[in-house]
Amino acid sequence: MTFRVAAAPHGHSQQNTADMMRWVCYALIPGVLVQSYFFGAGVYFQLFLAIVTAYAAESLCMLARNRNARSALRDNTALVTAVLLAISIPSLAPWWIIVIGTAFSIVVVKQIYGGMGQNLFNPAMAGYVLLLVSFPVQMTNWLPPSTLANYELSLWQTLHTILFEYTPAGYSVEQLRTTVDGVTMATPLDTIKTALSQGYTVAEAYQQPVLSAIAGVGWQWVNLAFLLGGFILLQRRIISWHIPVGLLAGLLIPALVANLFAPSVMPGPVFHALSGATMLGAFFIATDPVSAATSPRGRLIFGLLIGFLVWVIRSWGGYPDAVAFAVLLANLSVPLIDRYTRPSVYGHSRSHGGGDGQ
Amino acid sequence: MSEFKELTRQGLWENNPALVQLLGLCPLLAVTASVTNALGLGLATLFVLMGSNITVSLVRQWVPSEIRIPVFVMVIATFVTIIQLLMNAYVYELYQSLGIFIPLIVTNCAIIGRAEAYASKNPWQKAAFDGFMMGLGFALVLVLLGGMREVIGNGTLFDGAELLLGDWAAQLRIELFEVNYPLLLAILPPGAFIGLGFIIAGKNWIDAKRAAKAEKVEKTVTRARVTAES
Repeated sequence: MTFRVAAAPHGHSQQNTADMMRWVCYALIPGVLVQSYFFGAGVYFQLFLAIVTAYAAESLCMLARNRNARSALRDNTALVTAVLLAISIPSLAPWWIIVIGTAFSIVVVKQIYGGMGQNLFNPAMAGYVLLLVSFPVQMTNWLPPSTLANYELSLWQTLHTILFEYTPAGYSVEQLRTTVDGVTMATPLDTIKTALSQGYTVAEAYQQPVLSAIAGVGWQWVNLAFLLGGFILLQRRIISWHIPVGLLAGLLIPALVANLFAPSVMPGPVFHALSGATMLGAFFIATDPVSAATSPRGRLIFGLLIGFLVWVIRSWGGYPDAVAFAVLLANLSVPLIDRYTRPSVYGHSRSHGGGDGQ
Repeated sequence: MSEFKELTRQGLWENNPALVQLLGLCPLLAVTASVTNALGLGLATLFVLMGSNITVSLVRQWVPSEIRIPVFVMVIATFVTIIQLLMNAYVYELYQSLGIFIPLIVTNCAIIGRAEAYASKNPWQKAAFDGFMMGLGFALVLVLLGGMREVIGNGTLFDGAELLLGDWAAQLRIELFEVNYPLLLAILPPGAFIGLGFIIAGKNWIDAKRAAKAEKVEKTVTRARVTAES
Protein backbone atom coordinates (compact mmCIF):
# COMPACT_ATOMS: atom_id res chain seq x y z
CA MET A 1 0.00 0.00 0.00
CA THR A 2 1.38 3.35 -0.91
CA PHE A 3 0.79 6.53 0.93
CA ARG A 4 0.37 9.54 -1.24
CA VAL A 5 2.04 12.60 0.23
CA ALA A 6 0.06 15.79 -0.14
CA ALA A 7 0.66 19.23 1.17
CA ALA A 8 -1.71 20.88 3.60
CA PRO A 9 -4.54 21.85 3.77
CA HIS A 10 -6.03 18.38 3.74
CA GLY A 11 -9.61 19.29 4.37
CA HIS A 12 -11.37 20.93 1.48
CA SER A 13 -14.61 22.76 1.43
CA GLN A 14 -16.52 22.84 -1.79
CA GLN A 15 -18.34 25.98 -0.73
CA ASN A 16 -17.60 29.29 -2.29
CA THR A 17 -18.96 32.69 -1.38
CA ALA A 18 -21.59 32.75 -4.10
CA ASP A 19 -23.05 29.37 -3.05
CA MET A 20 -23.04 30.31 0.61
CA MET A 21 -24.81 33.58 -0.08
CA ARG A 22 -27.32 31.82 -2.30
CA TRP A 23 -28.09 29.40 0.51
CA VAL A 24 -28.57 32.28 2.92
CA CYS A 25 -31.26 33.55 0.56
CA TYR A 26 -32.88 30.10 0.27
CA ALA A 27 -32.92 29.79 4.04
CA LEU A 28 -34.72 33.11 4.29
CA ILE A 29 -37.62 31.84 2.17
CA PRO A 30 -39.72 30.32 5.02
CA GLY A 31 -39.45 33.55 6.99
CA VAL A 32 -40.36 35.68 3.99
CA LEU A 33 -43.37 33.51 3.22
CA VAL A 34 -44.68 33.75 6.77
CA GLN A 35 -43.95 37.47 6.86
CA SER A 36 -45.87 38.07 3.65
CA TYR A 37 -48.77 36.02 5.03
CA PHE A 38 -49.06 38.21 8.12
CA PHE A 39 -47.92 41.59 6.84
CA GLY A 40 -48.96 41.56 3.21
CA ALA A 41 -47.30 41.09 -0.14
CA GLY A 42 -45.52 44.41 0.11
CA VAL A 43 -42.37 42.60 1.16
CA TYR A 44 -42.06 41.15 -2.36
CA PHE A 45 -42.11 44.61 -3.92
CA GLN A 46 -39.57 45.75 -1.35
CA LEU A 47 -37.37 42.78 -2.23
CA PHE A 48 -37.60 43.60 -5.92
CA LEU A 49 -36.74 47.28 -5.40
CA ALA A 50 -33.89 46.43 -3.05
CA ILE A 51 -32.31 43.88 -5.37
CA VAL A 52 -32.54 46.14 -8.41
CA THR A 53 -31.05 49.05 -6.44
CA ALA A 54 -28.29 46.92 -4.96
CA TYR A 55 -27.24 45.49 -8.33
CA ALA A 56 -27.31 48.90 -9.97
CA ALA A 57 -25.32 50.50 -7.14
CA GLU A 58 -22.80 47.67 -7.04
CA SER A 59 -22.28 47.79 -10.82
CA LEU A 60 -21.81 51.56 -10.84
CA CYS A 61 -19.31 51.39 -7.98
CA MET A 62 -17.32 48.63 -9.61
CA LEU A 63 -17.27 50.55 -12.89
CA ALA A 64 -16.13 53.69 -11.07
CA ARG A 65 -13.36 51.65 -9.44
CA ASN A 66 -12.32 50.10 -12.77
CA ARG A 67 -13.19 46.61 -11.58
CA ASN A 68 -15.15 43.83 -13.15
CA ALA A 69 -18.79 44.46 -12.26
CA ARG A 70 -20.03 41.04 -13.31
CA SER A 71 -17.78 39.13 -10.91
CA ALA A 72 -18.90 41.38 -8.06
CA LEU A 73 -22.54 40.69 -8.83
CA ARG A 74 -21.93 36.96 -9.11
CA ASP A 75 -20.73 36.58 -5.53
CA ASN A 76 -24.29 37.34 -4.34
CA THR A 77 -23.18 39.42 -1.36
CA ALA A 78 -25.06 42.45 -2.65
CA LEU A 79 -28.09 40.22 -3.06
CA VAL A 80 -27.99 39.17 0.59
CA THR A 81 -27.58 42.76 1.76
CA ALA A 82 -30.58 43.82 -0.33
CA VAL A 83 -32.74 40.93 0.85
CA LEU A 84 -31.94 41.46 4.52
CA LEU A 85 -32.70 45.15 4.32
CA ALA A 86 -35.92 44.59 2.39
CA ILE A 87 -37.34 42.17 4.95
CA SER A 88 -36.29 44.39 7.86
CA ILE A 89 -38.37 47.38 6.87
CA PRO A 90 -42.16 47.75 7.08
CA SER A 91 -43.80 46.17 4.05
CA LEU A 92 -45.67 49.32 3.03
CA ALA A 93 -42.75 51.75 3.37
CA PRO A 94 -42.60 54.13 0.39
CA TRP A 95 -40.32 53.05 -2.46
CA TRP A 96 -37.68 55.71 -1.87
CA ILE A 97 -37.03 54.35 1.63
CA ILE A 98 -35.68 51.06 0.39
CA VAL A 99 -33.87 52.71 -2.53
CA ILE A 100 -32.03 55.19 -0.29
CA GLY A 101 -31.27 52.52 2.29
CA THR A 102 -29.93 49.95 -0.16
CA ALA A 103 -27.89 52.50 -2.09
CA PHE A 104 -26.32 53.73 1.17
CA SER A 105 -25.60 50.16 2.26
CA ILE A 106 -23.84 49.26 -0.95
CA VAL A 107 -22.10 52.53 -1.84
CA VAL A 108 -21.08 54.02 1.49
CA VAL A 109 -20.95 51.06 3.86
CA LYS A 110 -19.59 48.42 1.50
CA GLN A 111 -17.85 49.84 -1.56
CA ILE A 112 -16.19 52.88 -0.02
CA TYR A 113 -14.49 50.61 2.49
CA GLY A 114 -13.14 48.52 -0.39
CA GLY A 115 -16.00 46.27 -1.48
CA MET A 116 -16.69 42.66 -0.64
CA GLY A 117 -14.94 41.44 2.49
CA GLN A 118 -13.59 44.85 3.48
CA ASN A 119 -16.53 46.52 5.19
CA LEU A 120 -16.28 47.23 8.92
CA PHE A 121 -20.01 47.31 9.43
CA ASN A 122 -22.84 45.06 8.42
CA PRO A 123 -24.10 46.88 5.29
CA ALA A 124 -27.75 45.95 5.69
CA MET A 125 -27.88 47.06 9.31
CA ALA A 126 -26.00 50.31 8.68
CA GLY A 127 -28.53 51.06 5.94
CA TYR A 128 -31.34 50.17 8.32
CA VAL A 129 -30.00 52.53 10.99
CA LEU A 130 -29.67 55.34 8.44
CA LEU A 131 -33.34 54.86 7.54
CA LEU A 132 -34.55 54.47 11.10
CA VAL A 133 -32.72 57.58 12.29
CA SER A 134 -33.72 59.66 9.27
CA PHE A 135 -37.29 58.55 8.64
CA PRO A 136 -38.66 57.37 11.98
CA VAL A 137 -42.32 57.63 10.93
CA GLN A 138 -42.09 55.53 7.76
CA MET A 139 -39.77 53.05 9.41
CA THR A 140 -42.12 52.27 12.29
CA ASN A 141 -45.32 52.05 10.23
CA TRP A 142 -45.72 48.31 10.61
CA LEU A 143 -49.13 47.03 9.64
CA PRO A 144 -51.05 44.98 12.17
CA PRO A 145 -50.86 41.24 11.46
CA SER A 146 -53.42 40.29 8.80
CA THR A 147 -55.48 38.32 11.31
CA LEU A 148 -56.16 41.58 13.19
CA ALA A 149 -56.18 44.03 10.31
CA ASN A 150 -59.23 45.98 9.30
CA TYR A 151 -58.29 46.29 5.65
CA GLU A 152 -57.07 43.66 3.30
CA LEU A 153 -54.90 44.95 0.48
CA SER A 154 -54.78 43.48 -2.98
CA LEU A 155 -51.48 43.30 -4.84
CA TRP A 156 -52.33 46.40 -6.84
CA GLN A 157 -53.32 48.35 -3.74
CA THR A 158 -50.07 47.32 -2.07
CA LEU A 159 -47.99 48.43 -5.04
CA HIS A 160 -49.91 51.69 -5.28
CA THR A 161 -49.29 52.38 -1.60
CA ILE A 162 -45.57 51.72 -1.91
CA LEU A 163 -45.31 53.98 -4.95
CA PHE A 164 -47.58 56.85 -3.93
CA GLU A 165 -47.94 56.44 -0.15
CA TYR A 166 -51.73 56.09 -0.51
CA THR A 167 -54.01 53.31 -1.64
CA PRO A 168 -56.00 53.95 -4.84
CA ALA A 169 -58.93 54.79 -2.57
CA GLY A 170 -56.84 57.38 -0.76
CA TYR A 171 -56.09 55.66 2.51
CA SER A 172 -52.76 56.50 4.07
CA VAL A 173 -50.59 53.87 5.71
CA GLU A 174 -51.52 55.42 9.03
CA GLN A 175 -55.19 54.70 8.36
CA LEU A 176 -54.45 51.20 7.17
CA ARG A 177 -52.79 50.51 10.50
CA THR A 178 -56.04 50.91 12.41
CA THR A 179 -57.71 47.73 13.52
CA VAL A 180 -61.37 46.80 13.82
CA ASP A 181 -61.55 48.89 16.99
CA GLY A 182 -60.26 51.94 15.15
CA VAL A 183 -57.08 51.92 17.19
CA THR A 184 -53.69 52.22 15.52
CA MET A 185 -51.78 49.10 16.24
CA ALA A 186 -48.16 49.10 17.30
CA THR A 187 -45.74 46.20 17.12
CA PRO A 188 -45.57 43.87 20.13
CA LEU A 189 -42.27 45.34 21.31
CA ASP A 190 -43.66 48.84 20.95
CA THR A 191 -46.85 47.89 22.75
CA ILE A 192 -44.96 46.51 25.73
CA LYS A 193 -42.65 49.52 25.84
CA THR A 194 -45.49 52.02 25.71
CA ALA A 195 -47.54 50.10 28.28
CA LEU A 196 -44.61 49.90 30.69
CA SER A 197 -43.86 53.60 30.29
CA GLN A 198 -47.48 54.34 31.14
CA GLY A 199 -47.23 52.34 34.34
CA TYR A 200 -48.97 49.15 33.24
CA THR A 201 -47.50 45.77 34.05
CA VAL A 202 -46.36 43.22 31.50
CA ALA A 203 -49.39 41.08 32.29
CA GLU A 204 -51.71 44.01 31.60
CA ALA A 205 -49.91 44.76 28.34
CA TYR A 206 -50.49 41.15 27.32
CA GLN A 207 -54.25 41.91 27.30
CA GLN A 208 -53.78 43.91 24.11
CA PRO A 209 -54.92 42.14 20.95
CA VAL A 210 -51.49 42.34 19.29
CA LEU A 211 -50.06 40.05 21.96
CA SER A 212 -51.01 36.40 22.19
CA ALA A 213 -50.32 34.13 25.14
CA ILE A 214 -46.77 33.52 23.90
CA ALA A 215 -45.52 36.67 22.17
CA GLY A 216 -46.82 38.92 19.40
CA VAL A 217 -49.57 37.71 17.06
CA GLY A 218 -47.91 37.00 13.71
CA TRP A 219 -44.47 38.05 14.86
CA GLN A 220 -43.95 34.83 16.79
CA TRP A 221 -44.54 32.78 13.64
CA VAL A 222 -42.24 35.01 11.60
CA ASN A 223 -39.52 34.46 14.19
CA LEU A 224 -40.09 30.72 14.26
CA ALA A 225 -39.85 30.61 10.47
CA PHE A 226 -36.53 32.46 10.58
CA LEU A 227 -35.40 30.01 13.27
CA LEU A 228 -36.23 27.19 10.86
CA GLY A 229 -34.17 28.92 8.17
CA GLY A 230 -31.37 29.27 10.69
CA PHE A 231 -31.39 25.52 11.27
CA ILE A 232 -31.04 25.01 7.52
CA LEU A 233 -27.93 27.20 7.53
CA LEU A 234 -26.50 25.38 10.54
CA GLN A 235 -27.22 22.00 9.00
CA ARG A 236 -25.50 23.00 5.75
CA ARG A 237 -22.58 24.41 7.78
CA ILE A 238 -22.93 27.83 6.22
CA ILE A 239 -22.86 29.37 9.67
CA SER A 240 -21.38 27.97 12.85
CA TRP A 241 -23.40 27.78 16.03
CA HIS A 242 -21.26 30.26 17.97
CA ILE A 243 -22.87 33.56 17.00
CA PRO A 244 -26.56 32.49 17.15
CA VAL A 245 -26.07 30.66 20.43
CA GLY A 246 -24.08 33.53 21.88
CA LEU A 247 -26.66 36.05 20.76
CA LEU A 248 -29.61 34.11 22.11
CA ALA A 249 -27.81 33.41 25.39
CA GLY A 250 -26.83 37.04 25.75
CA LEU A 251 -30.42 38.07 25.19
CA LEU A 252 -32.37 35.34 26.95
CA ILE A 253 -30.35 34.76 30.11
CA PRO A 254 -30.56 38.41 31.28
CA ALA A 255 -34.21 38.42 30.21
CA LEU A 256 -34.90 35.30 32.26
CA VAL A 257 -33.10 36.60 35.34
CA ALA A 258 -34.78 40.00 35.12
CA ASN A 259 -38.14 38.37 34.54
CA LEU A 260 -37.72 36.19 37.63
CA PHE A 261 -36.86 39.20 39.76
CA ALA A 262 -39.36 41.67 38.35
CA PRO A 263 -42.01 39.86 36.31
CA SER A 264 -44.29 42.89 36.20
CA VAL A 265 -41.89 45.19 34.37
CA MET A 266 -39.56 42.77 32.57
CA PRO A 267 -41.00 40.61 29.78
CA GLY A 268 -39.74 37.04 29.82
CA PRO A 269 -37.26 35.25 27.57
CA VAL A 270 -39.92 33.71 25.33
CA PHE A 271 -41.26 37.12 24.47
CA HIS A 272 -37.77 38.41 23.67
CA ALA A 273 -36.92 35.35 21.61
CA LEU A 274 -40.02 35.59 19.42
CA SER A 275 -40.36 39.36 19.03
CA GLY A 276 -38.93 41.85 16.62
CA ALA A 277 -35.90 40.75 14.67
CA THR A 278 -34.43 38.34 17.23
CA MET A 279 -34.24 35.21 15.09
CA LEU A 280 -33.50 37.06 11.87
CA GLY A 281 -30.70 38.84 13.69
CA ALA A 282 -29.32 35.77 15.42
CA PHE A 283 -29.06 33.53 12.36
CA PHE A 284 -28.86 35.85 9.37
CA ILE A 285 -27.66 39.31 10.32
CA ALA A 286 -25.11 38.82 13.10
CA THR A 287 -23.58 35.86 11.24
CA ASP A 288 -22.29 38.04 8.40
CA PRO A 289 -18.77 36.58 8.10
CA VAL A 290 -17.13 39.86 7.08
CA SER A 291 -18.10 42.13 9.93
CA ALA A 292 -18.23 39.47 12.67
CA ALA A 293 -15.35 38.35 14.87
CA THR A 294 -12.96 35.78 13.43
CA SER A 295 -12.20 32.99 15.86
CA PRO A 296 -14.91 30.66 17.28
CA ARG A 297 -14.34 31.97 20.79
CA GLY A 298 -14.44 35.51 19.48
CA ARG A 299 -17.70 34.79 17.68
CA LEU A 300 -19.25 33.50 20.87
CA ILE A 301 -18.29 36.72 22.65
CA PHE A 302 -19.48 38.74 19.64
CA GLY A 303 -22.88 37.00 19.80
CA LEU A 304 -23.14 37.42 23.56
CA LEU A 305 -22.37 41.12 23.23
CA ILE A 306 -25.06 41.63 20.58
CA GLY A 307 -27.65 39.71 22.58
CA PHE A 308 -26.91 41.59 25.76
CA LEU A 309 -27.02 44.95 23.95
CA VAL A 310 -30.35 44.02 22.35
CA TRP A 311 -31.77 43.25 25.78
CA VAL A 312 -30.39 46.46 27.31
CA ILE A 313 -31.69 48.68 24.51
CA ARG A 314 -35.07 46.93 24.38
CA SER A 315 -35.45 47.33 28.13
CA TRP A 316 -34.18 50.87 28.65
CA GLY A 317 -33.38 52.39 25.26
CA GLY A 318 -35.35 54.83 23.18
CA TYR A 319 -36.18 52.39 20.40
CA PRO A 320 -38.42 49.31 20.75
CA ASP A 321 -36.07 46.98 18.89
CA ALA A 322 -32.31 47.06 18.84
CA VAL A 323 -30.82 44.36 16.64
CA ALA A 324 -29.42 46.87 14.15
CA PHE A 325 -27.86 49.13 16.78
CA ALA A 326 -26.49 46.16 18.71
CA VAL A 327 -24.93 44.66 15.58
CA LEU A 328 -23.25 47.95 14.66
CA LEU A 329 -21.91 48.45 18.19
CA ALA A 330 -20.59 44.89 18.20
CA ASN A 331 -19.02 45.43 14.75
CA LEU A 332 -17.11 48.33 16.32
CA SER A 333 -15.75 46.05 19.05
CA VAL A 334 -14.67 43.31 16.64
CA PRO A 335 -11.00 44.45 16.43
CA LEU A 336 -10.81 44.38 20.22
CA ILE A 337 -12.51 40.97 20.45
CA ASP A 338 -10.22 39.58 17.76
CA ARG A 339 -7.17 40.88 19.54
CA TYR A 340 -7.97 39.13 22.79
CA THR A 341 -9.29 35.89 21.32
CA ARG A 342 -6.49 35.16 18.91
CA PRO A 343 -5.87 31.39 19.12
CA SER A 344 -2.42 30.42 20.28
CA VAL A 345 -0.08 28.95 17.71
CA TYR A 346 0.50 25.20 18.07
CA GLY A 347 3.47 24.59 20.33
CA HIS A 348 3.34 27.98 21.99
CA SER A 349 1.90 28.62 25.40
CA ARG A 350 -1.03 30.99 25.60
CA SER A 351 1.01 33.67 27.31
CA HIS A 352 3.22 33.87 24.24
CA GLY A 353 0.71 33.19 21.54
CA GLY A 354 -2.00 35.28 23.09
CA GLY A 355 -3.31 38.69 22.42
CA ASP A 356 -0.21 40.74 23.14
CA GLY A 357 1.03 40.26 19.61
CA GLN A 358 4.31 38.55 20.59
CA MET B 1 6.16 88.12 -1.21
CA SER B 2 6.62 84.39 -1.76
CA GLU B 3 6.31 83.91 2.00
CA PHE B 4 2.76 85.27 1.82
CA LYS B 5 1.99 83.06 -1.13
CA GLU B 6 3.28 80.07 0.79
CA LEU B 7 1.14 81.04 3.80
CA THR B 8 -1.91 81.18 1.55
CA ARG B 9 -1.20 77.76 0.12
CA GLN B 10 -0.57 76.27 3.56
CA GLY B 11 -3.69 77.74 5.13
CA LEU B 12 -6.14 77.02 2.37
CA TRP B 13 -4.91 73.68 1.13
CA GLU B 14 -1.67 71.97 2.16
CA ASN B 15 -2.09 72.40 5.88
CA ASN B 16 -5.78 73.20 6.14
CA PRO B 17 -6.72 73.14 9.85
CA ALA B 18 -9.91 71.15 9.26
CA LEU B 19 -8.87 68.78 6.49
CA VAL B 20 -5.20 68.05 7.19
CA GLN B 21 -4.45 69.01 10.77
CA LEU B 22 -7.94 67.80 11.78
CA LEU B 23 -8.03 70.42 14.51
CA GLY B 24 -11.13 72.03 15.94
CA LEU B 25 -13.33 69.13 14.90
CA CYS B 26 -15.76 69.61 17.77
CA PRO B 27 -17.23 72.92 16.53
CA LEU B 28 -16.71 71.80 12.95
CA LEU B 29 -18.94 68.78 13.42
CA ALA B 30 -21.40 70.31 15.82
CA VAL B 31 -22.48 73.55 14.18
CA THR B 32 -22.37 72.75 10.47
CA ALA B 33 -26.00 71.73 10.16
CA SER B 34 -26.63 74.85 8.06
CA VAL B 35 -24.57 77.31 6.03
CA THR B 36 -25.56 80.22 8.25
CA ASN B 37 -24.34 78.58 11.42
CA ALA B 38 -21.19 77.41 9.72
CA LEU B 39 -20.46 80.87 8.34
CA GLY B 40 -21.13 82.51 11.70
CA LEU B 41 -18.77 80.24 13.56
CA GLY B 42 -16.23 80.35 10.74
CA LEU B 43 -16.08 84.15 10.84
CA ALA B 44 -15.87 84.17 14.63
CA THR B 45 -12.97 81.72 14.53
CA LEU B 46 -11.29 83.74 11.79
CA PHE B 47 -11.51 86.89 13.89
CA VAL B 48 -10.17 85.18 17.01
CA LEU B 49 -7.37 83.54 15.09
CA MET B 50 -6.21 86.81 13.55
CA GLY B 51 -6.49 88.72 16.81
CA SER B 52 -4.62 86.12 18.83
CA ASN B 53 -1.92 85.69 16.19
CA ILE B 54 -1.25 89.45 16.03
CA THR B 55 -1.20 89.84 19.81
CA VAL B 56 0.97 86.80 20.42
CA SER B 57 3.37 87.96 17.75
CA LEU B 58 3.57 91.47 19.22
CA VAL B 59 4.29 90.29 22.77
CA ARG B 60 6.52 87.38 21.82
CA GLN B 61 9.70 89.19 22.90
CA TRP B 62 8.45 89.66 26.45
CA VAL B 63 6.77 86.31 27.16
CA PRO B 64 9.09 83.82 28.90
CA SER B 65 8.82 80.51 27.15
CA GLU B 66 8.03 78.68 30.41
CA ILE B 67 4.68 80.39 30.76
CA ARG B 68 3.88 81.00 27.10
CA ILE B 69 0.97 78.55 26.92
CA PRO B 70 -1.05 80.18 29.75
CA VAL B 71 -0.37 83.56 28.18
CA PHE B 72 -1.57 82.36 24.78
CA VAL B 73 -4.71 80.93 26.36
CA MET B 74 -5.42 84.25 28.10
CA VAL B 75 -4.95 86.14 24.85
CA ILE B 76 -7.24 83.76 22.96
CA ALA B 77 -9.83 83.83 25.75
CA THR B 78 -9.85 87.62 25.60
CA PHE B 79 -10.65 87.62 21.91
CA VAL B 80 -13.27 84.93 22.33
CA THR B 81 -14.93 87.02 25.02
CA ILE B 82 -14.89 90.03 22.71
CA ILE B 83 -16.47 88.12 19.85
CA GLN B 84 -18.98 86.51 22.18
CA LEU B 85 -20.11 89.89 23.51
CA LEU B 86 -20.23 91.33 20.00
CA MET B 87 -22.35 88.48 18.70
CA ASN B 88 -24.59 88.71 21.73
CA ALA B 89 -25.12 92.38 20.94
CA TYR B 90 -25.50 92.39 17.17
CA VAL B 91 -26.56 88.92 16.00
CA TYR B 92 -28.45 87.70 19.02
CA GLU B 93 -30.42 84.90 17.31
CA LEU B 94 -27.32 83.44 15.73
CA TYR B 95 -25.60 83.78 19.09
CA GLN B 96 -28.35 81.68 20.59
CA SER B 97 -28.29 79.04 17.89
CA LEU B 98 -24.51 78.63 18.13
CA GLY B 99 -24.79 78.47 21.89
CA ILE B 100 -21.91 76.89 23.77
CA PHE B 101 -19.75 76.64 20.66
CA ILE B 102 -18.83 80.33 20.70
CA PRO B 103 -17.11 80.18 24.12
CA LEU B 104 -15.70 76.83 23.06
CA ILE B 105 -13.68 78.55 20.33
CA VAL B 106 -11.14 79.09 23.08
CA THR B 107 -10.47 75.37 23.17
CA ASN B 108 -10.05 75.14 19.39
CA CYS B 109 -6.60 73.61 19.00
CA ALA B 110 -6.16 75.22 15.60
CA ILE B 111 -5.87 78.63 17.29
CA ILE B 112 -3.37 77.79 20.01
CA GLY B 113 -1.58 75.64 17.45
CA ARG B 114 -0.99 78.63 15.18
CA ALA B 115 0.00 80.82 18.13
CA GLU B 116 2.59 78.28 19.22
CA ALA B 117 3.81 77.14 15.81
CA TYR B 118 3.83 80.40 13.86
CA ALA B 119 2.86 83.60 15.62
CA SER B 120 5.33 83.23 18.48
CA LYS B 121 8.22 83.06 15.99
CA ASN B 122 7.28 85.59 13.31
CA PRO B 123 6.61 89.32 12.96
CA TRP B 124 3.07 90.52 13.34
CA GLN B 125 2.31 91.18 9.66
CA LYS B 126 3.10 87.61 8.72
CA ALA B 127 1.34 86.27 11.81
CA ALA B 128 -1.78 88.24 10.92
CA PHE B 129 -1.72 86.93 7.37
CA ASP B 130 -1.17 83.39 8.61
CA GLY B 131 -4.11 83.76 11.00
CA PHE B 132 -6.28 85.09 8.20
CA MET B 133 -5.43 82.27 5.82
CA MET B 134 -5.74 79.52 8.42
CA GLY B 135 -9.03 80.98 9.60
CA LEU B 136 -10.24 81.28 6.03
CA GLY B 137 -9.31 77.67 5.31
CA PHE B 138 -11.20 76.58 8.39
CA ALA B 139 -14.22 78.74 7.58
CA LEU B 140 -14.37 77.51 3.98
CA VAL B 141 -14.49 73.89 5.09
CA LEU B 142 -17.16 74.79 7.64
CA VAL B 143 -19.26 76.47 4.96
CA LEU B 144 -18.75 73.63 2.49
CA LEU B 145 -19.75 71.01 5.04
CA GLY B 146 -22.66 73.17 6.21
CA GLY B 147 -23.82 73.55 2.61
CA MET B 148 -23.63 69.82 1.94
CA ARG B 149 -25.55 68.97 5.07
CA GLU B 150 -28.15 71.66 4.56
CA VAL B 151 -28.82 70.67 0.95
CA ILE B 152 -29.06 66.96 1.69
CA GLY B 153 -30.91 67.30 4.96
CA ASN B 154 -33.20 70.21 4.24
CA GLY B 155 -33.10 70.98 0.53
CA THR B 156 -32.17 74.61 1.16
CA LEU B 157 -29.12 76.87 1.20
CA PHE B 158 -28.58 79.99 3.32
CA ASP B 159 -31.65 79.28 5.37
CA GLY B 160 -31.73 81.91 8.12
CA ALA B 161 -28.93 83.99 6.61
CA GLU B 162 -30.70 87.11 7.84
CA LEU B 163 -29.74 86.15 11.38
CA LEU B 164 -26.12 86.76 10.48
CA LEU B 165 -26.16 89.35 7.71
CA GLY B 166 -29.24 91.46 8.40
CA ASP B 167 -32.68 91.57 6.87
CA TRP B 168 -31.59 91.96 3.25
CA ALA B 169 -30.06 88.49 3.41
CA ALA B 170 -33.45 86.83 3.78
CA GLN B 171 -33.67 86.75 -0.01
CA LEU B 172 -30.43 84.73 -0.18
CA ARG B 173 -32.37 81.66 0.91
CA ILE B 174 -32.44 79.18 -1.94
CA GLU B 175 -34.84 76.29 -1.91
CA LEU B 176 -33.24 73.71 -4.18
CA PHE B 177 -35.95 71.12 -3.80
CA GLU B 178 -38.95 70.50 -1.64
CA VAL B 179 -38.53 67.79 0.96
CA ASN B 180 -41.48 66.30 2.70
CA TYR B 181 -39.28 64.05 4.79
CA PRO B 182 -35.87 65.55 5.53
CA LEU B 183 -32.96 63.13 5.59
CA LEU B 184 -32.41 63.69 9.28
CA LEU B 185 -29.14 61.79 9.31
CA ALA B 186 -27.43 64.58 7.36
CA ILE B 187 -28.47 67.12 9.98
CA LEU B 188 -27.62 64.85 12.90
CA PRO B 189 -24.00 64.36 14.11
CA PRO B 190 -23.35 61.17 12.07
CA GLY B 191 -24.00 63.19 8.92
CA ALA B 192 -21.22 65.59 9.92
CA PHE B 193 -18.73 62.75 10.32
CA ILE B 194 -19.71 61.13 7.04
CA GLY B 195 -19.69 64.48 5.22
CA LEU B 196 -16.26 65.45 6.57
CA GLY B 197 -14.99 62.02 5.57
CA PHE B 198 -16.14 62.64 2.02
CA ILE B 199 -14.51 66.09 1.90
CA ILE B 200 -11.19 64.72 3.19
CA ALA B 201 -11.39 61.86 0.71
CA GLY B 202 -12.04 64.36 -2.06
CA LYS B 203 -9.01 66.42 -1.06
CA ASN B 204 -6.79 63.36 -0.91
CA TRP B 205 -8.08 62.26 -4.30
CA ILE B 206 -7.18 65.63 -5.86
CA ASP B 207 -3.76 65.50 -4.19
CA ALA B 208 -3.14 62.00 -5.52
CA LYS B 209 -4.11 63.08 -9.04
CA ARG B 210 -1.74 66.03 -8.87
CA ALA B 211 1.07 63.89 -7.47
CA ALA B 212 0.63 61.38 -10.26
CA LYS B 213 0.80 64.17 -12.82
CA ALA B 214 3.86 65.72 -11.20
CA GLU B 215 5.59 62.36 -11.10
CA LYS B 216 5.12 61.89 -14.82
CA VAL B 217 6.74 65.24 -15.55
CA GLU B 218 9.59 64.48 -13.17
CA LYS B 219 10.28 61.12 -14.81
CA THR B 220 10.84 62.64 -18.21
CA VAL B 221 13.24 65.17 -16.71
CA THR B 222 15.27 62.46 -14.94
CA ARG B 223 15.66 60.43 -18.08
CA ALA B 224 16.88 63.44 -19.99
CA ARG B 225 19.52 64.08 -17.34
CA VAL B 226 20.74 60.50 -17.41
CA THR B 227 21.29 60.64 -21.12
CA ALA B 228 23.10 63.94 -20.82
CA GLU B 229 25.53 62.56 -18.23
CA SER B 230 26.24 59.22 -19.85
